[in-house]
Amino acid sequence: MFAATALDHRNRRTQRAFKALFGLMTLMLITPVIIILTVLVVKGGPALSMEFLFSAPSNGMTAGGIFPALVGTVWLVAVALLASVPVGVASAIYLAEYAPDNWFTRLINLAIINLAGVPSIVHALFGVGAFVLFAGFGESILAASLTLAVMTLPVVIVATRESLQAVPKAFREACWNMGATRWQTIWKVVLPNSISGILTGVILEVSRTSGETAPIMFTGAALFLPFLPQGVLDQTMALSLHLFVLSTQVPNVPEHLEYGVALVLIGMVLAMNALSIGFRVYLRGRKKW
Amino acid sequence: MADATTAAKDLAIDVRGVSLWYGTFQALYEVNLEVKRGSITALIGPSGCGKSTLLRSVNRINERLGSYVRTTGSIHVLQHDVLAEDVEPARLRKEVGMVFQRPNPLPLSVRDNVLFAHKLHRTGQRYTRAQEDGIVEEALSTVLLWDEVKDDLDRKATTLSLEAQQKLCIARLLPVKPSVILMDEPTSALDPAATEALEELIWELRGDYTILIVTHNMAQARRASEETAFMLLGRMVEHGPTEELFLRPHDQQTADYIEGRYG
Ligand SMILES: Nc1ncnc2c1ncn2[C@@H]1O[C@H](COP(=O)(O)OP(=O)(O)OP(=O)(O)O)[C@@H](O)[C@H]1O
Ligand SMILES: [Mg+2]
Repeated sequence: MFAATALDHRNRRTQRAFKALFGLMTLMLITPVIIILTVLVVKGGPALSMEFLFSAPSNGMTAGGIFPALVGTVWLVAVALLASVPVGVASAIYLAEYAPDNWFTRLINLAIINLAGVPSIVHALFGVGAFVLFAGFGESILAASLTLAVMTLPVVIVATRESLQAVPKAFREACWNMGATRWQTIWKVVLPNSISGILTGVILEVSRTSGETAPIMFTGAALFLPFLPQGVLDQTMALSLHLFVLSTQVPNVPEHLEYGVALVLIGMVLAMNALSIGFRVYLRGRKKW
Repeated sequence: MADATTAAKDLAIDVRGVSLWYGTFQALYEVNLEVKRGSITALIGPSGCGKSTLLRSVNRINERLGSYVRTTGSIHVLQHDVLAEDVEPARLRKEVGMVFQRPNPLPLSVRDNVLFAHKLHRTGQRYTRAQEDGIVEEALSTVLLWDEVKDDLDRKATTLSLEAQQKLCIARLLPVKPSVILMDEPTSALDPAATEALEELIWELRGDYTILIVTHNMAQARRASEETAFMLLGRMVEHGPTEELFLRPHDQQTADYIEGRYG
């Protein structure tokens, strides 16, 4: 009575086929990642050394290290962070906690989503117009970082807003009913319980900016500048642009040098991702509700 | 006339002719309710009749929904018009605490939960650690929770049993000395034993606090209240001493409800 029929056998075959198909898709998805990482490590690994990391390029960029570009990328990302995080988090708090649900708020939300879809080259041109020329910062770290900040703002806002909205409504109601103002509620209950999500979202986004090339190319990153920047109004080298230049603009660059730059860049991004994931796991473990 | 004023002096809550609309939907029709100071009044009625709505208008928490909610009529708490222009909702909610259906302690330690409202409302002066400890002990003792949690006040409140959480939700109101506590089905998430413990506690609080409690549980209303008010479809049908309302209801609808004919 419970023996498998022809129909059951067919169902089982279909089941197996789909399982295999989806498994294959997943494999195909991660293969390129594995290949890229392997090639980078194999070909770029030998280039890595203290000297590579901590000396300037020399000999028409066909020898030497990447120190100015490494430092430049850190500058660009740090200044971009300083600009985008306060503005992004504040707007997200406004949108999630204060803004009334009306057509205007919906319009703003729509604009933010669309802003996230604007190609980076368009941001670059906006940066040239707004920061380099109009604001008069010239080609500088400040102009380049602000361009990066504008570009990451929508994602910072969305990540923050989602973390805020993940805080259960019951907590807010409890606060309001004890006579807490909106701000007291946000400060004492909502933020402490969403800060992990906000931080990880922000770190993730920032790690992405460190790889961008287009937005900094016309706004403050220099092709070759073997000195460290002294302030935000200086130009600077950057890892992403350096890689672009090595592989397309300079003849006879030894291969391991190019791969070495790529490896350092991707290593930075992965390290920041790992940091953000570790952070999230740590904070998750601490909160219980 | 003299009588009327003395009577009004004894009222903690005085709701007169209150109508309330959610958008175009009218949830309350000319509701009147007088709650005597220090008494426990149960609010009963079928689901959707407006019990929570009425409760939530007393501390004006309905306002959080925005201009979508419109209230007419008058509500006085301790002779003060709470719908007046110059009322600061935060001050009102300090005076009128609220306990919910699902216990909703904040994701903080037990101690910080008890001190939360206190810290919101203290004006200027700083309290020493010892003074705060005193406040915590007093509040937790009042709700009969002190012995259970005294050894671990830093424990996350959200890890306590539901019964303890609900007691804590009452305890955290006490340090700011509210005169009125509104309770919206405070035991409906609890098992029978916990329900009984909560009822005993609520009964103990009578006198020191004025309590207006919504319940679906007829037995609870009978056991744990002095007066009972019955609502139906947004209207106040009958209000009187609990014993009398249950034994000799004046209104046929009340009789039908307490005999379980509305489900
Ligand atoms: N925010 C709201 N927007 C629109 N209508 C609402 C809102 N809140 C309540 N209502 C409606 O108002 C009426 C009264 O609701 P209320 O929650 O006060 O009833 P209740 O007596 O507390 O019911 P229950 O016993 O189920 O808790 C119901 O018809 C409900 O659908
Ligand atoms: Mg209700």
